[in-house]
Amino acid sequence: MTLHLSDFDRSFLDGEHGEAGALAMRILVRMGEAGGAERFIDITSAHLDSCLYHGEAGLDFAERLAATGGRVRVPTTLNVSSLDLLHPELFRGDATLAEHGRRLMAAYVAIGGEPTWTCAPYQSAHRPAFGEHIAWAESNAIVFANSVLGARTDRYGDFIDACAAITGRVPEAGLHLDERRAARAVFGLEGLPDRVARSEALYPVLGHLVGGATGTLVPVITGLPPEASEDDLKALGAAAASSGGVAMFHAVGVTPEADTLEDALLGGEPDLVIDVSLTALRSAWDDLSTATDGPLTAISVGTPHFSVHEMRRMALLFDGRPVAASVSVYLNTSREELAEAAADGTAGRLREAGVHIVTDTCTYITPIMGDLDGVVMTNSGKWAYYAPGNMGVEVAFGTLEDCVESAIAGRVVRDEAVWRG
Amino acid sequence: MADRVLLPGEARGTALVLDEPLSMWGGLDPHSGRIIDRRHPQVGETVTGRILVMPTGRGSSSAASVIAEAIRLRTAPAAIVMAHPDDILLVGAVVAEELYGITCPVVVVDRIRFDEIATGDVLTVGPGGLGEDG
Repeated sequence: MTLHLSDFDRSFLDGEHGEAGALAMRILVRMGEAGGAERFIDITSAHLDSCLYHGEAGLDFAERLAATGGRVRVPTTLNVSSLDLLHPELFRGDATLAEHGRRLMAAYVAIGGEPTWTCAPYQSAHRPAFGEHIAWAESNAIVFANSVLGARTDRYGDFIDACAAITGRVPEAGLHLDERRAARAVFGLEGLPDRVARSEALYPVLGHLVGGATGTLVPVITGLPPEASEDDLKALGAAAASSGGVAMFHAVGVTPEADTLEDALLGGEPDLVIDVSLTALRSAWDDLSTATDGPLTAISVGTPHFSVHEMRRMALLFDGRPVAASVSVYLNTSREELAEAAADGTAGRLREAGVHIVTDTCTYITPIMGDLDGVVMTNSGKWAYYAPGNMGVEVAFGTLEDCVESAIAGRVVRDEAVWRG
Repeated sequence: MADRVLLPGEARGTALVLDEPLSMWGGLDPHSGRIIDRRHPQVGETVTGRILVMPTGRGSSSAASVIAEAIRLRTAPAAIVMAHPDDILLVGAVVAEELYGITCPVVVVDRIRFDEIATGDVLTVGPGGLGEDG
């Protein structure tokens, strides 16, 4: 197989779109050749993860693009960054990290990225339509776009996301292709008690289990309640993309490419069939916590960024009761969702209760949270997965309701009735 | 089956075979070259100058930036050998070569060969892929 380049693709390599365009296409060609693609296809949008600072290599790349005429050719949203520009007082990192983080953000805005600074661009106006080819990075955004929206993105990482945005082209490979979207692992929920299927805890816990068991196969879930909300599916996908390499899942009767199990399998046979038991889910629930007692120091929710619906629900759960003095509560969201929550009074009620609202970034990627001696609680499978390694904290995982009750009580409160055999 | 050379180059070093995939982001400290993921069985090992042998990649899109930063700081593995290609790691290595002219070859070998490699084996990577020293 050889990679066939169009005249348009060659015009980038030949420098007709500037040095940055040539660099971007050179990287895409190397990636396309390595992956065995036969040609490039057009994309309609890009979502860049490269704007989160991980070191000078990422900054060198971005500033090279900006300095050599780089300009995005498709609507491009930007992922969370290292800094909350709306609430800079929350940042506790050193000055170099802040300066580098800010320069990186500026470089991606300079090439035409929209300063959305969110890991959940699908909650905003920028929702790709079914079947659109897009180049999205950020694992939870990838899995949501493919699974819930039926748009098509491969599992893009830093750098290649920017190359795709600048050229508007990606190799025709991976999840852009019909056959790669076929489910190869089946997870059946039919054996679970109804109370588990109705619990909001099901979604992140099931995601954690599915990610760990599938590796890189595309999973299909049968028996998921048809009323599962986008927030539920967001939690499922984010957890599965953290514990495994899941970039797409199907849920029969719920997601758009899975009206039936046969549709999801695209006529093929699964390599793996798992009847999900209560015991297995209980063990996934346990696996998401490194500690379940001890002094509670903080609570973090909103990974991925909370929708306005989740903020409203959290405000209702507080019901006018305040956060205990010994606990700090952080809620991560996007500017756009925060604007909606501010307009209807939700943000005000949360702040009155004592909740710190964080935008543009996330509590597990940048130093925002203060004293971390003790247990930190979260309702996010993704946060629970990464925080012990990234931040060295002990994590207790619970539902949003558990988090609110714990915040008020000043200690870890978890309702585990749903998991009892 | 012939090796698939995803990023050509030459390297020689002792193998570090990972028992589980490693998420570079949150899993590798690019300043020290050490594995810092507390969930990983080989936490505390150093990848610098080794031939890093891993079945597949794992987790976040940010792995590309972390491996590029490790290559820039010269704490990266001498080469990466995998059983399944991983675009996210590969693009990090490609970009580091473009920016700094430092090559960290990436090779995919078939599963049978992959399973024969043990930690401590002295391996070479060349134009044709993976070779083994005495």
